[in-house]
Amino acid sequence: MVGAGSAPLWLERALYAADAPSPRKKILVAVFQRGAADGLNVVVPHGEKAYYDLRPSIAVPRPTSGERREDAAIDLDGFFGLHPSLEPLKPLFDQRSLAIVDAVGSPDPTRSHFDAQDYMESGTPGLKATDDGWMNRALPKEPGKVSPVRAIALGPVLPRAMRGPKPAIALQSIDAFQVRNPEAARQFQQLYLESSDPVLQATGRETFEAVAMLQSVQKQSYTPAGGAEYPRGRFGDSLRQVAQLIKSDVGVEMAFADIGGWDHHVNELGQRASEGQLANLLREYGQALSAFWQDMGDRMGDVVVVTMSEFGRTARENGDRGTDHGHANYMFVMGGAVKGGKVFGQWPGLEKEQLYEGRDLALTTDFRDVLGELVARHMGNASLRGVFPGYDPKFLGLV
Amino acid sequence: MRKRALLGLGSLCFLAVAAYAAEIPKNQRILQALNRLTFGPRPGDVERVRAMGLKKWIDLELHPDRTPENPVLVEKLKALDTLAMTSDELVRDYPPPQIVRQMVAGEVPFPSDPDRRLMVQKLVARYQKRQGQANPNEPGPQEISSLLTPDQVRALRTGTPQERLAAFQALPREKQDDVIAALPAGMRQNLFAVAAPELRRRVELANGPEQVVARDLMEAKLLRAIYSNRQLDEVLVDFWFNHFNVFLDKGADHYLVTEYERDAIRPHVLGRFKDLLEATAKSPAMLFYLDNWQSAGPGNGARRGLNENYGRELLELHTLGVDGGYTQKDVTEVARCFTGWTINQPQRGGKFVFNPRLHDTGEKVVLGVKIPAGGGIEDGEKVLDILAHHASTAHFISKKLAMRFVADDPPATLVDRMARTYLKTDGDLREVMRTMIGSKEFWSVGAYRSKTKSPLEMVASAVRAVAGDVDYAIALANQVAQLGEPLYRKQEPTGYSNSGKEWMNSAGLLARMNFALQLANNRVPGVKVDAPAAGVELGSPEFQKH
Repeated sequence: MVGAGSAPLWLERALYAADAPSPRKKILVAVFQRGAADGLNVVVPHGEKAYYDLRPSIAVPRPTSGERREDAAIDLDGFFGLHPSLEPLKPLFDQRSLAIVDAVGSPDPTRSHFDAQDYMESGTPGLKATDDGWMNRALPKEPGKVSPVRAIALGPVLPRAMRGPKPAIALQSIDAFQVRNPEAARQFQQLYLESSDPVLQATGRETFEAVAMLQSVQKQSYTPAGGAEYPRGRFGDSLRQVAQLIKSDVGVEMAFADIGGWDHHVNELGQRASEGQLANLLREYGQALSAFWQDMGDRMGDVVVVTMSEFGRTARENGDRGTDHGHANYMFVMGGAVKGGKVFGQWPGLEKEQLYEGRDLALTTDFRDVLGELVARHMGNASLRGVFPGYDPKFLGLV
Repeated sequence: MRKRALLGLGSLCFLAVAAYAAEIPKNQRILQALNRLTFGPRPGDVERVRAMGLKKWIDLELHPDRTPENPVLVEKLKALDTLAMTSDELVRDYPPPQIVRQMVAGEVPFPSDPDRRLMVQKLVARYQKRQGQANPNEPGPQEISSLLTPDQVRALRTGTPQERLAAFQALPREKQDDVIAALPAGMRQNLFAVAAPELRRRVELANGPEQVVARDLMEAKLLRAIYSNRQLDEVLVDFWFNHFNVFLDKGADHYLVTEYERDAIRPHVLGRFKDLLEATAKSPAMLFYLDNWQSAGPGNGARRGLNENYGRELLELHTLGVDGGYTQKDVTEVARCFTGWTINQPQRGGKFVFNPRLHDTGEKVVLGVKIPAGGGIEDGEKVLDILAHHASTAHFISKKLAMRFVADDPPATLVDRMARTYLKTDGDLREVMRTMIGSKEFWSVGAYRSKTKSPLEMVASAVRAVAGDVDYAIALANQVAQLGEPLYRKQEPTGYSNSGKEWMNSAGLLARMNFALQLANNRVPGVKVDAPAAGVELGSPEFQKH
């Protein structure tokens, strides 16, 4: 009844453990900002006059505006600045471990959150029929046994980006990832391995293999290193657990975490740039990324974190001190091997005729150029054609 | 066994077509109907439907008003008093902190009901104590040690559940509320677990009155799914709420969702789509959630302007579908038509109003139809009319229903037939359902047990399968969230997926197994079950499908 592919778990674990001393693998962590972050207020083009004309009430003031330091953009290169809530990331930029790509995104014109997220996660803009995600396709081919937790996503559902034929695991938390009754666990395992439903069979199999793998991690308590303080909330918890799993050496190669709430149609910022919805969310996002960096320490040499959001927002503020759905956006790329300290990409300008469809930041870099470079040069997966079918990524020199 | 293995390969097109052409055996028909049109069969349901006749049972499900509601459910829902209240009553009787402040400032009247008034006054006392301006003549909240003797404290802390309850009930009524307010969270929870509904309510109030509104909604969703005699009606309320999703935690929506589900969604789920659409378009909950209440035309003097959030989701998610043939220009034009559709005092549970001063009176062209200049509220109504009668809407709605009720990838021929019924009957949703249930695809081998249950379906069907007795359902609602579907808390306007396979992943699967074991072992607070051996079965792969 049980097929040839299902050797006892203890045996598989033993086999994997035998491989364990192999050199440390490269790791890619993807962060998705769901809801379309307003890139123009995150990476602020303070050298662009049109930016201030288009956003009379919600622009982030110039570094030289005379506003309090915490209410003005943090200058990066004389033209771009970071939103003041991202202050914890400035040192990473200065030490060239954080690269920023601007005017980047998906070339598909959709302004639907759902479609745009779907396209960015499938890695095939405009193609709805793709049924797996770019992270699943990007996992390097390995001879022999691979870790059951090589691809992990924090959260109750497996994101589109990780779905596909290679095993990928969703977990709410490391601690919750177990069946708390050993006898019942054995019975469940048997039932799922024998299920005639291929999806349930495969999910059950992946799940129990990963449960076995994580048992040792669950027994240890975890204290972030380097005095790192993750912010309260789901996103901080997610990155803390990604760090814990990576440092436990259980074979993680791809990790995914998301942070929602970026759809700011109304009152995006408060009266000051350091106040309001976007400022608060960016604080959580920036602190979590910075804490992850500190916590990982030297291990950051093997890790790259990349952040993305489905599209940008209108260059002009709307009638409610917010912004509507737009087009191009920004991405962060952070890691020990990143050649950062610079804003990559070609700035298209914000004058009326420079805007996409007369309203949004135009796109000059395809998001697959960024991801493709990380997959090929960081992860060492050279077969990009299989990861981003129909597209030939042009590397920017990020790593 | 061979046949079942073949069914797993449904993605192979020719097999799928064959599977939807092949009928299931007669003896599986009742189970198929119960699986898809209810929240899962209870012991004895198959026999009951057989005795009545399947055809008659389906007809009754399509006419829920002909079946008296289960008195057990009616009694349980009575305890959840917020369900019957209007939004402004909710704000007044279960006030959030800012309304309490306004009551203190005399800007908002206190509740007229004496019990509620007393409760709100206690909140005010607590608020003032925090502000350091308590009236020395009025007693504020006290320490537990100053309220009770050491023996009483010990009984509440360490006694059996029944001893705790007895110790509490022995206190004079006027002291009880002070004690609840002073109890540490753990002891309060212990008391909650053994309390009768009336006392539970007082404990919940001490936790924060605004929480009661959300808890009642979630509890009612579970209680109805488990106990209602009008099962299809409840499945459809869940489906249509999710189609017209709003997010409970977006500001004022916290107090607007109760009325929304009750008055905008529930009455129309087997009525005309146009009525359902219009009810949502004019609901304060939707106007707030998708920001339309703040959208304004040019030249109104205020700082406000156009906000296209609702216009876009109306086209993409509520009616035509993303491939339904509209442009960015249509989105903007639709948004202009709905300027002035706003809410009078949303933070106080306000009502829909049309404000002509915010309306863009210029000419608009929506999907090729000219809407002349000088219009008012009728501009938006005209848009709803165009959309409700559009072939893309007929198709989009039909496909979504077929996904929920027939198969994750429903056969196009079935969707086409449902869409034809939609267009022929002016969007009569009962007739669309009838076409679907009467189709050979609904009763096909391809559909039978092909769908993975959503978390709500899994939790409700498990309790029904073991005939669980639900005293209170908040712990069940928390389980649904653990499985991946926090009720009323889908932040994105897309709602949750209707495709069963979206729910299959390792986190969800482990949560399902753990829930199954807890339920069978009577470890889910508020639920009594007598089926100690059922845990493994409820967590098995078989039970995850329907």
